[in-house]
Amino acid sequence: MSIRVENVSKRFGKFQALEPLSLEIPDGQLVGLLGPSGSGKTTLLRIIAGLESADTGRILFHGDDVTRVHVRDRRVGFVFQHYALFRHMTVAENIAFGLEVMPKVQRPNAKEIKKRVHDLLEMVQLGQLANRYPAQLSGGQKQRVALARALAMQPQVLLLDEPFGALDAKVRKDLRRWLRNLHDELHFTSVFVTHDQEEALELSDQVVVMSAGKIEQVDTPQTLYAQPDSRFVLGFLGHINVLQGDVNQGRLSQGDAWITLNGHPNAKAVECYFRPHEVKLQTQPSPTAHLPLKVSAVSLIGAEVRVELEADGWSSPEPWEVGISHAEYNAWQPMRGDRCYAVPEVGHLFSSDKTEPELIQWSQAQQSPVVGARSSVVSLFASA
Amino acid sequence: MSLAITSAISLNPSKRVLPGFALSLGISLLFISLILLLPITGLLLQTAGMSWNEYWSVISDPRVVASYKVTLWAAAWASAFNGVVGLLLAWVLVRYEFPGKRIVDALMDLPFALPTAVAGITLSALFAENGWYGSILAEAGIKVAFTPLGIIVAMSFTSLPFVVRTVQPVLEDLAVEDEEAAISMGGSDLTVFRRVIFPSLWPALLTGIALSFTRSLGEFGAVIFIAGNMPYVSEITSLMIFIRLQEFDYAAASAIASVVLLASLILLFLINIWQAFYLRRIHGR
Repeated sequence: MSIRVENVSKRFGKFQALEPLSLEIPDGQLVGLLGPSGSGKTTLLRIIAGLESADTGRILFHGDDVTRVHVRDRRVGFVFQHYALFRHMTVAENIAFGLEVMPKVQRPNAKEIKKRVHDLLEMVQLGQLANRYPAQLSGGQKQRVALARALAMQPQVLLLDEPFGALDAKVRKDLRRWLRNLHDELHFTSVFVTHDQEEALELSDQVVVMSAGKIEQVDTPQTLYAQPDSRFVLGFLGHINVLQGDVNQGRLSQGDAWITLNGHPNAKAVECYFRPHEVKLQTQPSPTAHLPLKVSAVSLIGAEVRVELEADGWSSPEPWEVGISHAEYNAWQPMRGDRCYAVPEVGHLFSSDKTEPELIQWSQAQQSPVVGARSSVVSLFASA
Repeated sequence: MSLAITSAISLNPSKRVLPGFALSLGISLLFISLILLLPITGLLLQTAGMSWNEYWSVISDPRVVASYKVTLWAAAWASAFNGVVGLLLAWVLVRYEFPGKRIVDALMDLPFALPTAVAGITLSALFAENGWYGSILAEAGIKVAFTPLGIIVAMSFTSLPFVVRTVQPVLEDLAVEDEEAAISMGGSDLTVFRRVIFPSLWPALLTGIALSFTRSLGEFGAVIFIAGNMPYVSEITSLMIFIRLQEFDYAAASAIASVVLLASLILLFLINIWQAFYLRRIHGR
């Protein structure tokens, strides 16, 4: 069932939780609402569910206006961050609840309910725990029970509010994969809220990035990562290194630091963003970039070594982070206080008068930057 | 230096980080003995001078038995009434925001703070046939003051806070999400209350009702002013104890008191057992 959000806004007292916004969620997709806390993502989800009413706008399910339809008649499955299992009921009773409260005409008979509960328990792989009480389950098991309970009435829309937020990293990963499989198997439309960019990018068909009650960008994970529309999106999807300064005669400079920007008009207060893996560390500056840095910390965990650096002779609002391979690390062996130079390959340039970034690529062969429209560079990206 | 300190500490292995367990437990036990156990022992000793036959004849005197019935019935009605009204008040205080909520919340404790004699006089004045409430009720043909109904009114007034104050915190802790989950699954308001909210409140509510009931069993000051105290009709057990005391028959007074004490203890004990059983399920122990 497709979901359409039209011009929905919401205000809590003086706080504008949602600016008027619209969103289209196609049938059968798994969509992630991603944003920091207070960005309005949970409010939007609750409005879609009917747990909250919008101040303005409409909600349509499959083209039907459900704005005035009560949550109990919307037939959505809702999964809460803290499970919201009924503590005084067993796992089986919890799952059966939605079936037992159906109006008499639609309600399956006791035998059928029992069978449905059994099937659901098998589906979430908790068959042997049917007679336990929620307090006797682990977090991951509770969330699976909550999912089974939400799916009991076979809703066509499944809404999940930070479903994995309260779980530890390992369980979260397992459950994430499991949810994706379940979604692909059952073909309902799902919307989930998360503040974890990795989770959103891994799980979703489409990611809706929100900030301060507004939708910043709606795209597939691939596009979102390759073509972030705004500073916020770029900054929210992983760590970002920044050089702030003024452009003068084709050079963006601040203190001892500069990068070449051939053909760029002179401008004040320009920011260039670099992703950690789009920067190389060298002992010598390159002809296109002079970014002196000092190593402040090294983290060895993971596929690559993360080096944290301080600006040396200029200033950066946040420390820089650069990922290098373990081989590079072994060859270089950086220590705290070592000096080096960052040489970016790709940068996202924000001029003060524009919100959309300009993608800049420094070709190492030509030793001069390629400045171009975003789309053309992206196609270049794709072919590379 | 630090090594020396560590070894000194490990020589005296104490499982508790914070000190004072032995002392505070000792003081607690002393006070429990002084305030609870000693008077109860004294009470039982008073009756020890009587033979079983004397004891039985005192506590089974028809007038005393009539007072048991009056007290039990009135306390049952009062606590049942408090169960309903107290739950409602707690619900309103927890779930809704309204001007003056804090004041209403504070007023809930008034029956505890007010001397019971003051409550009794006030209530009998209000419910007397020429009082504010009494005159209205009289037109409807209902007599409250100086009837068993008056006893119920006085008992429920003095013990209402028990229900409100035991239910209130539980209601505050109740996750709104549970209700939302139940509603999103299609439960009607009544179903959600009956199957989701009430089972969580039930242990606290029952405790509140039981406390209210036991308190009502022993209520004296508030009741005697409004009860009318007619033998066999509106005499409560506490009054019977008082009458025996005035006759300087301490043994008989103690005998009757021991019956009230026993009834209260048994009730509290049963409630606690049941509650432990019920809560064990919820907390999964």
